[in-house]
Amino acid sequence: MEKFVLRYFNLIRAVIAVVIGIVISVFLIYLVSKDPGFSLQQFLLGPILSRSRFSNVIETASPIILCGLAIAVAFQARQFNVGAEGALYLGAAVGTAFAVSTHMPAFLHIPLVLLVAAGVGAMWGMIPGILKAKWKASELVASLMLNYVAYYLGLYLINFHFRDKQAGYLASYQLPRTAWLAQFIPDTRMHWGILISLAMALLVYLFLYHTTSGYEIRMTGFNEHFARFGGINVFKVVVLCQLILGLLAGIGGMTEVMGIHRRFLWQSQGHPGYGWDGVVVAIIGRNHPLLIIAASFFLAYLRVGGQVLNLMSDVPAEMVTVIQSIIILLITAEAFLSQWRYRIMVRQAARQEVAV
Amino acid sequence: MNAMLKSILSTEFGFAILRVMTPLLLPALGVAISGLSGATNIALEGIMLVSAFTGVMISAFTKSLILALLGGIASGIGLAALLGYFHLNLKADIILAAIALNMLAEGVTVFFLFMFTGDKGTTSSLKSLIFPALHFPLIQNIPVLGAIVSGHNVLVYGALLAVFLYWLITFKTPLGLRIRAVGQNPDAAESVGINVNRTRMWALMLSGFFGALGGLYLAMGYVSWFSPRMTAGRGWIGIAAASLGGNLPLGTFLSSLLFGVVNALANYLAPLRVPSEFIQMIPYLATAVALTIYSIQAMRKRRRRI
Repeated sequence: MEKFVLRYFNLIRAVIAVVIGIVISVFLIYLVSKDPGFSLQQFLLGPILSRSRFSNVIETASPIILCGLAIAVAFQARQFNVGAEGALYLGAAVGTAFAVSTHMPAFLHIPLVLLVAAGVGAMWGMIPGILKAKWKASELVASLMLNYVAYYLGLYLINFHFRDKQAGYLASYQLPRTAWLAQFIPDTRMHWGILISLAMALLVYLFLYHTTSGYEIRMTGFNEHFARFGGINVFKVVVLCQLILGLLAGIGGMTEVMGIHRRFLWQSQGHPGYGWDGVVVAIIGRNHPLLIIAASFFLAYLRVGGQVLNLMSDVPAEMVTVIQSIIILLITAEAFLSQWRYRIMVRQAARQEVAV
Repeated sequence: MNAMLKSILSTEFGFAILRVMTPLLLPALGVAISGLSGATNIALEGIMLVSAFTGVMISAFTKSLILALLGGIASGIGLAALLGYFHLNLKADIILAAIALNMLAEGVTVFFLFMFTGDKGTTSSLKSLIFPALHFPLIQNIPVLGAIVSGHNVLVYGALLAVFLYWLITFKTPLGLRIRAVGQNPDAAESVGINVNRTRMWALMLSGFFGALGGLYLAMGYVSWFSPRMTAGRGWIGIAAASLGGNLPLGTFLSSLLFGVVNALANYLAPLRVPSEFIQMIPYLATAVALTIYSIQAMRKRRRRI
């Protein structure tokens, strides 16, 4: 038992943080709801009670996984670029523009549209990277500002040039069918984007842990000076990791447009917010691609639970934002539960001494 | 074009600059004082939101400006202290913890907004108060200057006083000396008996105080309601303003003034036949550009010294 705790300490800590988050949400529901039992049931079980809602969880997880991977690649190099939101938005907007103005067979159209979105995202993500690598400008502030700029650029592009006035609401023209990602389970919106996300997670895992560039990224994050003296081109690493960030986020936004809405309609509903979800799951998953998949499904489950709650009860969905932030606060707190680990280590050491 | 030029050269434009600058200057001071201590607080966006919300709610339900002011300040300092607790005591990375607190603030304010009003849009259904405007009897009669300087919300003057207060704290008090010492070299400071964590906690709480004033002004002066995410990135622009100003009082003031001018200009460009998206983009783009130019300059200076 004690060995198990020591070995998986970080994972256990994350699980305890999640449990505390859920306990707080139960407490909040009892505090504000007139029918807490029903609300609680809707929140915790709502997402698995119907097929379409369960599919919602998977659909929601898909872009979150991609944004989580995006943020994780940058965070692994200790680059606090939070520009996934902007890269996602602009990538999807330009990708949509490209998709509605070109005609070609699906086997060409789908990859090309994804490529355009990924390319635009990558260029956008790279800007803070270059500013940081060249002049040490804070990538955090630069990426935050560029998120707003990307938002307005995307809005302008769609509203002024690709807006479908017949849609009845603010949205782009519908994508031609050749650029649709098929929904493969009847009565749900589950589309191939989820497979793209999972494949990307695997690729990012292989990249980070089994290639030289991935090693260089992790080493730079571990200790930049050490990396530099070890002959790693830190300039390249700083730019590369943020380029990959934008690339993944761009794909994340585009798959959502191609698989679910088939239009760009984030101008009426504002930012989709997946970029920030990416930050959340990167922290919960400790920047590890495979753990990020689990964290994304967890967050998507909470999100859908929150939507159900919003719809069916008197508790607003923002409760999820509250508990997700408490969870990541606890996970980032290095000293949280460290006393516990320390005591176990002391006890084990004492026992070993007796044995000797 | 001519009409626009005339309106930019008018006294109203000068008045607008001060008005627009205030909710940038106060969070910038908050970032600056925490930055001086070496624990840069980037949760100003969240602090402003929470204080704005608390202030509006207290003023709506108690009809007391004093209570709203105190409550808003207390909530801002409280959130900053929470950041301090997580960073200093629980060893959380301050950037990640601050990102979490910004999210928390966004969620909590909308959650309670809905609980109190049944609406997630604004608090305009509540009768919340605003801080009064001040007219200075002699100054307001001075031509040009009077129209620009007099008649602002009391918190606009509060922000200008806050610059002075910031200078006073950092350069004229033992606490300020400790804050600067801890920021420059925590180990050296510790070796002469300064409690690094306690000093940084003080700096963070002061940053919460400045941020709270900014939030209060935004919801009870700049406009007269609270709405979700109403800070619209001002807390983030504050980070840029503080770093452009080298975390120093005058520098932070001047860089905030610069951003104030840009924001006010953006408001005046609205009648031009340019898509509004481009005009709304200006403050953020200008901040990114200013940050870049500053970084290039700083890099050159460093190179020259070597």
